[in-house]
Amino acid sequence: MRVVPTSRPQQMIFGVGWIFFSLLLAVLLKSPGILIWSHALALAAVLSGLAQVSAISADFSCRTAPLSRTPLWRLLLTHVVAALLLTFFWVKVGVIVARQFDSIEGWKGIYGEYVLKTGMMFAAGFFYYLLSVAVQYALIAQKASNEAQARAVESSIRAREAELSALKAQINPHFLYNSLNSISALTSIDPARAREMCVSLADFLRLTLGMGEKPVIPLREEVGLLEKYCAIEKVRFGERLRVEEEIQEEARECLLPPLLLQPLFENAVVHGIAQMPEGGWIRLRATRNEDRVSLTVENSWDPEAGSSRKNGVGLKNVQRRLEARYGNEARLQANAEDEVFRVNLSFPVETEKAK
Amino acid sequence: MSGPNRKWKALIVDDEELARKLLREMLSSHPEIEIAAECGNGMEAVKAAGEHKPDLLFLDVQMPKLTGFDVLELIERQGVAVIFVTAFDQYAMKAFDVHAVDYLLKPFSRERFEAALERAKSQEGKKVVDAVELAATARPAGQFAERIVVKDGTKVSLIAVSKLDYAEALDDYVSLVSEGKKHLKQQTISGLEMALDPALFVRIHRSYVVNLERVARIEPYGKDSKVAILTNGVKLPVSRTGYARLKKLLEEKG
Repeated sequence: MRVVPTSRPQQMIFGVGWIFFSLLLAVLLKSPGILIWSHALALAAVLSGLAQVSAISADFSCRTAPLSRTPLWRLLLTHVVAALLLTFFWVKVGVIVARQFDSIEGWKGIYGEYVLKTGMMFAAGFFYYLLSVAVQYALIAQKASNEAQARAVESSIRAREAELSALKAQINPHFLYNSLNSISALTSIDPARAREMCVSLADFLRLTLGMGEKPVIPLREEVGLLEKYCAIEKVRFGERLRVEEEIQEEARECLLPPLLLQPLFENAVVHGIAQMPEGGWIRLRATRNEDRVSLTVENSWDPEAGSSRKNGVGLKNVQRRLEARYGNEARLQANAEDEVFRVNLSFPVETEKAK
Repeated sequence: MSGPNRKWKALIVDDEELARKLLREMLSSHPEIEIAAECGNGMEAVKAAGEHKPDLLFLDVQMPKLTGFDVLELIERQGVAVIFVTAFDQYAMKAFDVHAVDYLLKPFSRERFEAALERAKSQEGKKVVDAVELAATARPAGQFAERIVVKDGTKVSLIAVSKLDYAEALDDYVSLVSEGKKHLKQQTISGLEMALDPALFVRIHRSYVVNLERVARIEPYGKDSKVAILTNGVKLPVSRTGYARLKKLLEEKG
């Protein structure tokens, strides 16, 4: 429980509250009656100070009964009971304070005057407490909105960063140079295939650059890109690269951040296929059940090839991008079993129509 | 044998068929060069190098199982001109430059190819680059060998560094002990030490490098020397400087 106001606006508000309530109480104590202004003000200032303590502690009961998640009857009950109890004690403490003042030379009569006006004091204290409850709720709401704003800004910056590094990582120089070398070889051996590969490479680059600008794309588009990528790598690796797809029809229209799977395929080629003299396979599985999409990229790999994924930049990137979009709703699991390396992603279903 | 009439025996090593075809095509205008074999991986290359004794080697860097560096380490190097061929690898390129090794970047032009070939042919008899050193330069800082390649006769074995118990220097060779087997390799123990992660392996003696995880305890031996007892009971001598290194490393590990 926080009793001391921590932030500057809180300190300001309760400072102003103290002055305002002191004046109000002083007016109530002074008239009609026998008290002189200075005495009324002195007692009022002390009482108002005490009232600020309970006003600040209202923060606690406000936090235990959040506005949006508490039924109205419970809200009223909580705060009215707290107001009654705290004001009751406040008035009682006031009695002790007034008696102390009364014992000061020349202040006689202040105690009698206070006791006469305890009813009025109680009413003032009661409403002042309820007012401070309202103020506390406003402060909590403001803080929450500030935090939400900061979170939104932070997450959009992180999403942007992930996007940028994903794009940079996309066009792997190795991939590009090796493809160009294949084209260079094909120009004299098989000019038609060389041209075909130029076109494939151009398509791949165009798709990559075009997709990077969209926040999400349907899975079928990502699959289209993967097919282009594999067609290019197949020219390089020939029979060594085998690709299988198992894509549930219902999953095709599900949205995902663009180029989410491409780095996983690239990893599968670089760390899996390229490390095995006899080559291997990559398998993509996509399923949709109710509200979640599950994507699995598997590839054969040689545990003894020595190409570890220790640094795993690609995988980390995929994870960051998933988190940037889906927060805690995203799951990424990577594991190596025997001779299969498997990455599974799952996240909530989104489709064009639902938006 | 030198001069304009000299015949060259070449080996093309690349795991991509198209890349091999391209080299073959470029070499077709060089009647003085005979292609003895094309190899699709490092194992084949090591075997072919033993059989054909080539004088010229086109060597891809990134290949499955054995890299180009591994191949270089395992073959008889005397009198072999090597041209590395690689797509893009900033660390390898740096290493080639440092050690003045000829290389071609994929894709390469006819001019670049001819220039590299000329240079390789003319530099006959130059100092042979140490393959281990070359591979070490090609590794990013802070990275170390994950496996060691060894040739036992014609058989090539890969020893995972984590399975290496210790290594012993024997004249020009090191004896690598792993999973109860000994493998001999022509290498200096300092060269081996350089390739291994200093946080995992320590030179405990002029002739011994040990895997820190295998050391069970250290016992005094004689007046002022010590002996390391491994988890499998093997005892290795520890020199005074070796003991200091070992102690420092163990303290760092806590």
